[in-house]
Amino acid sequence: MIYKNVYGRRVFDWANYVFLGGAALLCLLPLIHVLAVSFSSSSAATAGFVKLWPVGFTLASYEYALMKPQFIASFLVSLERVVLGAVINMTLTILIAYPLSKEGRQFRWRSLYAWFFVVTILFTGGLIPGFMVVKQLNLLDTVWALVLPGAVPVFNVILLLNFMRSQPKELYEAAFVDGAGHWSVLWRIAVPLAKPALATLLLFICVGHWNSWFDGLIYMNKPEHYPLQTYLQSVVINRDPSMMTTSEELKTLSQISDQTTKAAQIFLAALPILLLYPFLQKHFIQGITLGSVKE
Amino acid sequence: MLKWRTKHNSEYPLHLMLLPGVIFVLAFCYYPMSGILIAFENFIPTKGFFFSEFVGLEHFHYLFQLPNFTTVLRNTVWIACMKIVLGLVVPIVFALLLNEVRKAAFKRSVQTMVYLPHFLSWVILGGVLIDILSPSSGIVNGFLGSVGIKPVFFLGNEHWFPYVLVVSDIWKEFGFSTIVFLAAITSINPTLYEAAVMDGAGRIKQTLHVTLPGMMPIIVLMLTLSLGNVLNAGFDQVFNLYSPQVYSTGDIIDTLVYRIGLVDSQYSLATAVGLFKSVISLILITISYTLAYRLANYRIF
Repeated sequence: MIYKNVYGRRVFDWANYVFLGGAALLCLLPLIHVLAVSFSSSSAATAGFVKLWPVGFTLASYEYALMKPQFIASFLVSLERVVLGAVINMTLTILIAYPLSKEGRQFRWRSLYAWFFVVTILFTGGLIPGFMVVKQLNLLDTVWALVLPGAVPVFNVILLLNFMRSQPKELYEAAFVDGAGHWSVLWRIAVPLAKPALATLLLFICVGHWNSWFDGLIYMNKPEHYPLQTYLQSVVINRDPSMMTTSEELKTLSQISDQTTKAAQIFLAALPILLLYPFLQKHFIQGITLGSVKE
Repeated sequence: MLKWRTKHNSEYPLHLMLLPGVIFVLAFCYYPMSGILIAFENFIPTKGFFFSEFVGLEHFHYLFQLPNFTTVLRNTVWIACMKIVLGLVVPIVFALLLNEVRKAAFKRSVQTMVYLPHFLSWVILGGVLIDILSPSSGIVNGFLGSVGIKPVFFLGNEHWFPYVLVVSDIWKEFGFSTIVFLAAITSINPTLYEAAVMDGAGRIKQTLHVTLPGMMPIIVLMLTLSLGNVLNAGFDQVFNLYSPQVYSTGDIIDTLVYRIGLVDSQYSLATAVGLFKSVISLILITISYTLAYRLANYRIF
């Protein structure tokens, strides 16, 4: 845009800075408030004294959260699902995207396979049939219930195959001329070339697995199998005591219905994402426009 | 035909690469699709999808008579449509304003801050909202109280609840949605602005006659693609924020399916509700992809 420096322009600029700055702060303030609550004494928090800075600074809530065996157990379940899920999702994404990035002339079945995967975006069996399948396969209460149903992330496959198609075909053809087969082209040409795209997808997949909670809620009967977000859901969100079955759970609920310990656990569950955020930021703009160049 | 073509370009390795993916999709996507049979049966888990008693459209008849169902359908469409419209308008305006900022450091910091909520789950943000909107100790009601407004129980009031959903959803997603629009603005040819200035266009006219038309293709695309979401009012968000007090305005199809199916174990009825949604969604998505292809020449691959 081309600017003329006039009075009206400067007024607009200031108003604009104030508005945008305000909007940006609005995104952060609720989170900072919760952080402040988590470091405050519970009496100050319950009385509503805490705004954006801790009142009666204490680490008690964090000690409490980190001492609880359930918290640690759930953290480990989450870690396990992120690692397993990332490995399975990435492997399948690569293995599916490569053949589908070929042209019809080189791979006659391409369209058929592509539709086979795309149909799953358009139509699903829904919640109950999906649940019944996991139950029939005896996956309930295992970590596999959290990673296998979403093993093929079709949207990621589409992103990656569009990225692969946007690369110069000559690179692949040269390798074929030199006598390479599809497997060595995949591992030695396609995957190294797609590294920036793969890094982006990996980060998105990890965030997705870390943030999932609903599958944990429906597929896990025992709370000790809950991933962290599901556990957090059950203690922070769920205000219905009838959902808690054992007396021990009821006892836990009464102990942690305290505002500051909830805040501490919210912050702890968000921490990995916050730590990853600088890396995410580097990649997600690329991720959103990834593979948007199509031929 | 060159020799390498026949020797190394066999299609077998490609089929082999696709095999694991095909198996997983068959097991966890196509096999559950056969499970929609449940909606036409009195389903008993031990008998399986194919051997339960067939009852035809009984569950659908029952469903359409439920007064509950119309309310839920209306809530879903209303909440989803508000989210679609505001979810488009707010990021566009924000992108236009952000584009006016010339201090790169300021622009970058604003972007960093507004993108963040997108990456946090609704469990975390639900916890945050419950805390700040609490009528007794919440910071929002504390603020309202200091200017003399009586505390509002935002999450327990059936009048406020849908708007709380829309506002908090925009709050979470508007920053991230700005990215596509900013990308569209940067791709506008700078000579167009030069030409506009030569013709005497000021800043407002440049925005109206160069920037907005330049963004039009992506705006049309986002609008058509969002058509497929008319029945998606946001399960994760609603589930983490609602309570029985606000069912009349806040209950949506997905939460109803969850409660009927997995809380009350009425599997067949829940599947019927889910199937109703899936079929309408299929039609909407097909229309939206066709429109996106016609209007914006968009193809998914």
